[in-house]
Amino acid sequence: MNIDQFVSDFAECFDDTEAEVFTPTLKFKELEEWSSLQGLAIIAMCRKSYGIRISGAEIQEADTIQDVYALVSEKLG
Amino acid sequence: MAAYIKAISYYLPETILSNQILVEEFPEWSVEKIAKKVGVVNRHVVKNDECASDLAQHAALSLFDEWNIDKSCIDFVLLCTQSPDYFLPTTACLLQRHLGLRTSCGALDFNLGCSGFVYGLALAKGLVESDTANNVLLLTAETYSKYIHERDKGNRTIFGDAATATLVSADGFAEIGSFELGTDGNGADNLIVRSGAMRHPDRFEDIAFDKSGNPVSSDHLYMNGSEIFNFTLDTVPSVVDNVLAKNGVRQDDVSLYVFHQANKYMLDCLFDLMEIDEHKAYFYMSEVGNTVSSTIPIALVEARKEGRLRGNVVVAGFGVGYSWGGCILKCK
Repeated sequence: MNIDQFVSDFAECFDDTEAEVFTPTLKFKELEEWSSLQGLAIIAMCRKSYGIRISGAEIQEADTIQDVYALVSEKLG
Repeated sequence: MAAYIKAISYYLPETILSNQILVEEFPEWSVEKIAKKVGVVNRHVVKNDECASDLAQHAALSLFDEWNIDKSCIDFVLLCTQSPDYFLPTTACLLQRHLGLRTSCGALDFNLGCSGFVYGLALAKGLVESDTANNVLLLTAETYSKYIHERDKGNRTIFGDAATATLVSADGFAEIGSFELGTDGNGADNLIVRSGAMRHPDRFEDIAFDKSGNPVSSDHLYMNGSEIFNFTLDTVPSVVDNVLAKNGVRQDDVSLYVFHQANKYMLDCLFDLMEIDEHKAYFYMSEVGNTVSSTIPIALVEARKEGRLRGNVVVAGFGVGYSWGGCILKCK
């Protein structure tokens, strides 16, 4: 697991936002496209690609993609 | 003795809540995009004076008519609802009167949501196989629209009202196999209407709006979507594995999976996670939405019309409680 791949996986959870917008420091909840469905997509992506269960509350606490990456990294141990 | 589904029908209230109406009410919101993801175009909702018993009565009358059933054969009524007409009496007792069923007929309500149809099949099977009843009328009827706040665009997009009627007897077109049932009350707070019943009879009047403008209110339906999503992905794969094991059926020998039609996005994720072939995954929600305990029987009716109810059909319901259940229907 590396941050570049994670940012790329993260970007695929969105339909309308251009891929180049996504960077580790992006405050993803400020995107116009952000909705609760993107939150579900991120939960599903973390399960499928990394085998990690994250909660909606954990996504709510995160500001940037880097924050979610750190969470997943920590759970991966 | 084995128990079978002998007949099955459903009823939708007349009023349609279309995506077009939602777009007009929420112009700031990409309703079309969301609706495409959740897979719902239209949902039916009750009028103020329509209740669960009215919907269930229509569904039962459709069953009697479409399947040419003499209602005098019904000797037990099971009604699954979380929106009963009254605290008491039991809505199933009202239906005995409204449907003109014989008085030597057992009747009871049970309070479950999305797992309710599967639990109803388990109860009906027990009644038939124990020779307690010969012809069980299993009804599901829900009017969640009455619980949803008018500004709750998410839940209004997903949920629809409906009722279904299923006759369970000693013969029929689908033998009811063995069940896997489960409960985890730790999830109670994630799908709940907090006020109105005896724990909190008075309204909280605590409505607040989140950053997206969604109302959060103890006096209306509250659903923590991400927690329900995680619960479903945590639970359903093992429920299905256990259903297959209990029934001695291999995954390759399943012809169709009819899951609770929560929303298309969740089912897509679930089928993807479980690596279920898309041609074995059944969807029917675009014209009805998530009708809670009615989604599985509605989907069974539609799958049967399409000639897809053949062989081993896995049904699984999961949601509010948390409560879940699955079984196999061995279809002729």
